[in-house]
Amino acid sequence: MRTRWQRFKQSYMLYNFLRDPVAITSFIILAFLVFTSFAAPIIAPHDPYDSSTIDIMDAQMAPAWIDGGSSEFLLGTDAQGRDMLSTMLYGMRVSILIGVGAVCLQAFIGIIVGLLSGYVRRLDNILMRFADVQLSFSTYMVAIFIGAIVQTMFGVAGYDRVAVPLLIVIIGLAEWPQYARTVRASVLAERKKEYVEAARVIGLSRIRIMLRHILPNTLSPVLVISTVQVANAIMSEAALSFLGLGMPITKPSLGSLITAGFEYIFSGSWWITIFPGILLVSLILVINLLGDWVRDFLNPKLYKG
Amino acid sequence: MSAILEIHDVDKHFDISGSFLDQLQLSKGKITRKRTVVKAVNNVTLDIQPGETLSIVGESGCGKSTLARTVMGLYKPNKGTISYRGDRIDHLNSVKMLPYRTKMQMVFQDPYASLNPRMNVRQILEEPVRFHNPDLSRSEIKARVSEVMLQVGVDPVWASNYPHEFSGGQRQRISIARALVVDPEFIAADEPIAALDVSIQAQILNLLMDAQEQRGLTYLFISHDLSVVEHISTRVAVMYLGCICELATAKELFSNPKHPYTQALLSAIPRLGGKIGGHVRLSGDVPTPINLPSGCAFSGRCPHVNERCMQEIPAQLKLESGSVVACHGIEEGRI
Amino acid sequence: METLIDIKNLRVDFALRSGTVRAVRDVSLSINKGERLGIVGESGAGKSVLGFSIINLISKPGKITDGEIIFKGHDISKYSYDQMRKIRGNRISMIFQDPMMTLNPVLTIGTQMMETVLAHMDVSKKEAEKICLEKLTKVYIPSPEKRLSQYPHEFSGGMRQRIVIAISLLTSPNLIIADEPTTALDVTIQAEIMDLLLELCKTENMGLILITHDLAVVSEVTQRIAVLYAGKVVELGLSEQIINNPQHPYTQGLIQALPQMAGGKKRLNQIPGMMPSLLDMPKGCPFEPRCTICIERCKQEIPILKELESGTQVACFMRNGANKR
Ligand SMILES: Nc1ncnc2c1ncn2[C@@H]1O[C@H](COP(=O)(O)OP(=O)(O)OP(=O)(O)O)[C@@H](O)[C@H]1O
Ligand SMILES: Nc1ncnc2c1ncn2[C@@H]1O[C@H](COP(=O)(O)OP(=O)(O)OP(=O)(O)O)[C@@H](O)[C@H]1O
Ligand SMILES: [Mg+2]
Ligand SMILES: [Mg+2]
Repeated sequence: MRTRWQRFKQSYMLYNFLRDPVAITSFIILAFLVFTSFAAPIIAPHDPYDSSTIDIMDAQMAPAWIDGGSSEFLLGTDAQGRDMLSTMLYGMRVSILIGVGAVCLQAFIGIIVGLLSGYVRRLDNILMRFADVQLSFSTYMVAIFIGAIVQTMFGVAGYDRVAVPLLIVIIGLAEWPQYARTVRASVLAERKKEYVEAARVIGLSRIRIMLRHILPNTLSPVLVISTVQVANAIMSEAALSFLGLGMPITKPSLGSLITAGFEYIFSGSWWITIFPGILLVSLILVINLLGDWVRDFLNPKLYKG
Repeated sequence: MSAILEIHDVDKHFDISGSFLDQLQLSKGKITRKRTVVKAVNNVTLDIQPGETLSIVGESGCGKSTLARTVMGLYKPNKGTISYRGDRIDHLNSVKMLPYRTKMQMVFQDPYASLNPRMNVRQILEEPVRFHNPDLSRSEIKARVSEVMLQVGVDPVWASNYPHEFSGGQRQRISIARALVVDPEFIAADEPIAALDVSIQAQILNLLMDAQEQRGLTYLFISHDLSVVEHISTRVAVMYLGCICELATAKELFSNPKHPYTQALLSAIPRLGGKIGGHVRLSGDVPTPINLPSGCAFSGRCPHVNERCMQEIPAQLKLESGSVVACHGIEEGRI
Repeated sequence: METLIDIKNLRVDFALRSGTVRAVRDVSLSINKGERLGIVGESGAGKSVLGFSIINLISKPGKITDGEIIFKGHDISKYSYDQMRKIRGNRISMIFQDPMMTLNPVLTIGTQMMETVLAHMDVSKKEAEKICLEKLTKVYIPSPEKRLSQYPHEFSGGMRQRIVIAISLLTSPNLIIADEPTTALDVTIQAEIMDLLLELCKTENMGLILITHDLAVVSEVTQRIAVLYAGKVVELGLSEQIINNPQHPYTQGLIQALPQMAGGKKRLNQIPGMMPSLLDMPKGCPFEPRCTICIERCKQEIPILKELESGTQVACFMRNGANKR
């Protein structure tokens, strides 16, 4: 008789994790980044969303250690005079929010579709063809299309408010087939196993077998692709922002910060682009490194690339 | 004595031709639709008497598991009827089937695949009880589960452990407990000891026999270990390519096998301290259930085959000894 | 009798994170030319590891940590991979439970057989083909010429196993190690394969190590039987002796547990408990926790193999006088 915590402490997962310095480092960095971004309202020195505190006279100030820098703005300011550090923290929060939100949506749709098409043979063909059609549209096409419609519908000011949920929906809709396929493949493998037949012999209903018996056993591959997908979603959002279809500059994400700074890079204000760029790259990198570990740990053969 | 389970003229075929497009074939300039059907079980008629152990033996792929699964309602038969104590159960939907689910249970072969790896023993065993008796209280369910766990020899202290923490033999005990916990009358055991160690097999067999004695169970027992079958069965059915070729009491079958296939099968059992080489050599290969021979299923390998065997499917013949044999040779008195 | 292979005090360990798995502990066995030896024991007793270690094919964390394997005057347990390759498949062949472990699904039988012959023998292609046909005929594959151009999936399980046997015969080895060659097959086919192995050993004067968990099968095929329990040989002797007059309580239990030994009773004579985990071995005799005749000494000391008058060697304090104090 052991508690969950004891089980966890003795588990192979923890042991494997503690033996992998890359995984530990990535985890620590990721935890730090996530913590600082969500604690931004408390720890950030300025509030970039509050226009009353922003002074256009501070615009394009260099980082503190360079001539022309001020100790008030550690990493300098952007073209509108916002503190880079604070803006980046807030921006990372938006990026992570969109990334995680989009992945939750993807996973939700994908798992339902995958379960249904794997377990209800009649639906399989239709749902999978539907997924193929969805995959053949690229994320950007969907985004450009929906983004353009919404922007004309709400106007620029209204777009600010709906931008985050909109991006979540766009990225979420674009990539659910990944989940659907993964879940379907493992449902097909699981449904042949004898414990599913045993559940049928007990007389449990299909829905209950699906949710209670099959679903928990398909979650390992879902976890594996989730880490990769979060990184992908954050990248998608950054790319969309870079194209001007993502977060507006008043509520910047890391992607839109990079875009915004891009204009000034040749006028010498490199920090507006470079710092968010570094942050974005490190965020994606640690997520992917951690994802690699999860993949290797859970199933060395399952999902490559 | 009325049978607990009657299987009458049951066929189970699997269509493995895939989707519509896969079925289309180009032959001689014409597109035709071709289906590939696995005839796993053909014209099987059996009755199982209360309290007995009816064993099914036969080569791998002859349809033993398919028959058991059809009986359990996991597959719908293509033809024929299955009745439980006189009531037809083969065409029931899952809700109408529920009352029979507590009476008929199944134990599977693979102790590693037959327990859900994400549920602990308590969840595995409590689920069927709670599902079939929604108004039992928590403590009643718990008591019932503990009682069954004790009966199968798994200490209830281990209830919060997960299946991977148990050995194969213990897992098989848990599987048996899951079948027993709804208090069934009939259990289909599909090779319950095939994946276990020799020294553990006896433990599980004893457990099955004890449970039968205490609860008056009826077994449909599938195995390819003939010496085990000889020991525990009341009657034995020998299957070959989906057909039953001989059905007799265990004593009669093992002392006086009639059907040429049964004779070959029995002669091949390795005997402790015996000499190898005395077995009946079967010529030819096991045909696949996709292309069944037109006559007797065994005609391709039978040493006593004649023209009629190739053309006509033999009917089940009841002999004086009470056994049932499907063989033209015996009918004609040739063998 | 000339000794073919002599295994002395072999130890194989698997270093895992949870500890060292001692899969084979102090095993000494020897086989004479043309002799057939059976190794029986339950799952996890170390039968396969023992078989693999003879041809130096133990998978990764496993290692021969002690002992020697003398084959033709050389200690092959210390051989390098390349040196071993010459012996493997040439002088010693191995047959696995799953024939597809040996057969490559994308190559025809002919290609695979020719490859083996050409790799180990200095013959022309014509002659190689002749050898292949000859061996296929030996294992009773009908119309071998046609079969050479077929792929493994076109054969039934029993035929595949026979082809694997034919491949292992190609280089006329001195010893065949068969690791549960018929466990996946039906009784009728099992009888044929065993018949074939026995016949080949006799006609070619080959040694055979037959690994299985089925006592009845080894008793039919082999001359001597070694009973393995938790990585140790607990009993070793002539097949008739072991079957008719088993000495070690584990062997006795195994034989008594067979349904035909129940002697009219319904209940079988079961051995209680199960084999201890190789990670967590008792200090004394590994069978002591399940043993019905154990004494205090069994808990403290590991009994070693001692020969009885009948010639059977047994590792049990209660059985061999030499071990008694
Ligand atoms: N779900 C299925 N779909 C298609 N074919 C099937 C299915 N289940 C079984 N079969 C086929 O039906 C035949 C009988 O299979 P079955 O599993 O009943 O054999 P068995 O006698 O239980 O064999 P074993 O001893 O190997 O368990 C086989 O040829 C098998 O390939
Ligand atoms: N690659 C490996 N890594 C770790 N442990 C191993 C490995 N291979 C074998 N073992 C251990 O060695 C022990 C003996 O294994 P082995 O495969 O020889 O058993 P066996 O007697 O052949 O059983 P079976 O009848 O199931 O084939 C097992 O307890 C197993 O845990
Ligand atoms: Mg089966
Ligand atoms: Mg093995």
